[in-house]
Amino acid sequence: MWSWVAHRVTGVLIFFFLFVHVLDTSLVRVSPEAYDKTIEVYKTPVVAVMEYGLVAAVLFHALNGLRVVAVDFWANGARYQRHMLWTVVGVWVALMAGAAYPVLGHAFRELFGS
Amino acid sequence: MAIEISEVAKGDEGGRRYGPDNPAPVIEPPRARTHRTPRTTRTNFELYGWLFMRVSGVLLVVLVITHLVIQLVLDGGVSKVSFAFVAGRWASPFWQVWDLLMLWLAMLHGGNGLRTIINDYAQRDTTRFWLKMLLYVATVFTVLLGTLVIFTFDPNIS
Ligand code: HEM
Repeated sequence: MWSWVAHRVTGVLIFFFLFVHVLDTSLVRVSPEAYDKTIEVYKTPVVAVMEYGLVAAVLFHALNGLRVVAVDFWANGARYQRHMLWTVVGVWVALMAGAAYPVLGHAFRELFGS
Repeated sequence: MAIEISEVAKGDEGGRRYGPDNPAPVIEPPRARTHRTPRTTRTNFELYGWLFMRVSGVLLVVLVITHLVIQLVLDGGVSKVSFAFVAGRWASPFWQVWDLLMLWLAMLHGGNGLRTIINDYAQRDTTRFWLKMLLYVATVFTVLLGTLVIFTFDPNIS
């Protein structure tokens, strides 16, 4: 049940992000300066944290989405749905730990010096 | 939606798996049909929508995870992203097609997902209608804008 709620919430979140993301990328049709100025904002620590949240949402939605597909199409899917949920959570935690340095590293360096 | 049916899937109280000889209990449909329900909806639109969510989801795993690794992890993460970086990537038709496919699949997948959510929560007919109109306009607008940007990108714009 809560995995379904989380799937829904992350799905909506990603959709709204994607809308904004297409708008910001379309600035490449305005001018290189307009695009680069906007992307500079994305390199600030606050946005880095939001980016990490986005990565969290996408990874959960993707992993749990694969679980939903397995439950629907794999004959034993419903039987193992609970095991698969813990696999999803485990893989998600591992990937989030791995993503911390690449996504948050530059913000950390900016805040606390190289 | 994948219904959480772990208890059913495990079998009855005796742990016997359900099957032809040991049929599972019938689950009543949540919304009964009334005299106002049309006899048939004539199309299998919802079935294809359901299937599309799963097929596009699996494809999006590859498209989106690779996209995130390239944009946020490799070569200094987001710090290296700039107009020049975009120009370098879209110089290749491979990444143009990649991004185009990702845009269309993600927007249609997300749009169809939001349609389901609106149908679930917006109870008044007019509210539901206008929310969906807003959704469709935003989705078509975003898909067209993104497609236009990918196809008309000009590295020497200024
Ligand atoms: C990364 C790979 C992805 C996978 C594997 C995936 C998988 C799925 C699946 C299987 C469903 C159907 C769930 C159901 O019928 O109960 C779903 C629903 C949904 N997805 Fe995705 N998805 C992915 C990416 C995305 C993206 C990029 C967006 C946003 C643009 C998105 C937004 C949604 C929304 C809004 C729903 C509806 C949720 C609901 O009805 O509760 N998904 N996803």
